[in-house]
Amino acid sequence: MRASTKLGFILLLTPLLLWLSLLIIIPHIDMFLVSIRERVGVREYETSAANYLTFFQEPLYLRTFLRTAVMSVLATLITLIIAFPVSYYIAKIAKGRLQAVLFVLCLIPFYVSELVRTFGWMILLRETGLFSNLLQWAGLADRPVEMLYNDAAIMIGLVYTSMLFMVVPLVTTMESLDDAVIEAGYDLGGNGLSVMREIVIPHATPGIVSGSIVVFMLSLGNYLTPTMLGGKDSLWFTELIYSQFIVRFNWELGAAFGFLLLLLSSLIVWGMLRLTGQTLKETMG
Amino acid sequence: MCSKQSGIITAVIGMAVAGWAQTASADTLRLLTWGGYAPADVVEMFEAETGHTVEVTLSNNEEMIAKLRATAGGGFDLAQPSQDRIAGPQEEFRIYKPIDMSKIDESQFIPSMLKATMANTTVGGEVYGVPHVWGTSGLVLDTTEAGMVKDYTDLCSDAVAGKVSYRLKRPTLIGFAFAMGMDPFAAYGDEAAYTEIMEKVEAKLVECKPHVKTYWGGGDELMGLVRSGEVVAAMAWDTGGWKLNADNPDITFVAPASGALGWIDTFVLPAKGQADEAAYDWINFVMQPEIAAKITDAAGNFTASKGADAFADDALKARYQASFPPEAVDNIKWYPPVPAGLEAIEGGVLDRVKAAN
Repeated sequence: MRASTKLGFILLLTPLLLWLSLLIIIPHIDMFLVSIRERVGVREYETSAANYLTFFQEPLYLRTFLRTAVMSVLATLITLIIAFPVSYYIAKIAKGRLQAVLFVLCLIPFYVSELVRTFGWMILLRETGLFSNLLQWAGLADRPVEMLYNDAAIMIGLVYTSMLFMVVPLVTTMESLDDAVIEAGYDLGGNGLSVMREIVIPHATPGIVSGSIVVFMLSLGNYLTPTMLGGKDSLWFTELIYSQFIVRFNWELGAAFGFLLLLLSSLIVWGMLRLTGQTLKETMG
Repeated sequence: MCSKQSGIITAVIGMAVAGWAQTASADTLRLLTWGGYAPADVVEMFEAETGHTVEVTLSNNEEMIAKLRATAGGGFDLAQPSQDRIAGPQEEFRIYKPIDMSKIDESQFIPSMLKATMANTTVGGEVYGVPHVWGTSGLVLDTTEAGMVKDYTDLCSDAVAGKVSYRLKRPTLIGFAFAMGMDPFAAYGDEAAYTEIMEKVEAKLVECKPHVKTYWGGGDELMGLVRSGEVVAAMAWDTGGWKLNADNPDITFVAPASGALGWIDTFVLPAKGQADEAAYDWINFVMQPEIAAKITDAAGNFTASKGADAFADDALKARYQASFPPEAVDNIKWYPPVPAGLEAIEGGVLDRVKAAN
């Protein structure tokens, strides 16, 4: 009997272990080994920390990382600000059929691929695009307006791409909040603002935190949106990694960048959790 | 939580696994090539004639080499990088295998082009590449608005400010260096001299940056920009200019005063290719003049096939002659082989230009 439960446990655990070790742990070990290699000549390599030093010594790379991180944090905040009322409406105010319809409406843009969604924004924002023509037609602009190829366009793309990943956890946590608790808040003399602050937000915190982590990580690791919507100044950190691997044949530096992205982003998430007094355990539990 | 990023990062390494898992039977030709180089009708004719099947994967120079490097030359049976990107990567990564010239019908090639490509792709006495399609990069201009642009550096003039686009890739660096009166090819062997040239080009590109609308990435993106009139002058491939010329006669390809940059895409055998016979069959098949003319129609560029010009589209020939008067043909700067390690210098320059304000 005991042996068979043990076997069952091992069988259940195997897919997870295979997944983790084959797709995450082993590639990362390999990548780490590549990242501490330095090319000294044709087919000659030495173990050194030169690639990591390059990141900290060349201001360009550090600046690009900081830019990417700050913009990702900003995208997360904007997504949260937009998604919170939407989720509150879906979870608490809308009832029955309407609730389902609204939820599906949030989901529909994700039926098409990210590439198509981003290209849709390009069509809208470009100089000869829809918005520009609309402004001219309405007499608000006297010549074509370029709205593409800048940081604002990247921000729009990032927020649009990650909206769903904020709405879903928020709706789930808010649905578990008993309406009676909100009513009790009003009965005890609370107004809309204080009920929101004292009851809804504290209850939704796990959803806010997990949604924010997902959106932050997705934005930081996004490649397509920043490269397509961004202009000539908008270098994204993942773009640097791609170009080191593919264009420059410099796997060593690319691997070091990849590792630093992993470490620094984990550090930022940890810092944010500490700052807001949350723990990963509460969020997940 | 981090699996998304690590996914992106490991995707490149994951190619190795994907390539390894993909096993092919001996008569399947896995061709790694550019868009237009293996049109569907040519593939069908080849399959009917030889019985081999062809799997086409479209790519570009850098991705081809990165893919082959990830698998140490596996996953494909025939690839088509440019002739200047063969010797360097071969020395560094050993991703190709030598070509057995006895299996290739040399009489189908334009002799001068075959000889030059063989010389440029020889490593350790072995030949690694034979020529296929050639073309140039230069200027694509809307002549009504940007007729004054004669050379790459004119892209930075105020007359076309905000309506200019070029790629942030090595051809741009090389083109600007020539237009600024320097010879980057002569400095290929000398890292210090090359770095000095690239520093000057970097300063120029940073100064020019406010004039640029955006740096284009793919051919279709550029086509969209020029067609919509958002861009009137760009550094681009000849075939792009000729395609646009077919839609709008005002737009055409112009060879810059300092010389168009000439490239030759080749055939190479990846080191772990499993269908060499099929690969040789494909090379000999597509180099036949009638077939080569079909590829010219699809890709927009001429091939190294002898006598194929006779079968080529007259409109394309007329465009070629308009863009390339005889003196411009003599002035084409053909890319010499890129020594290993040069990409790192250029990479730093390109990153700094992209990040400059």
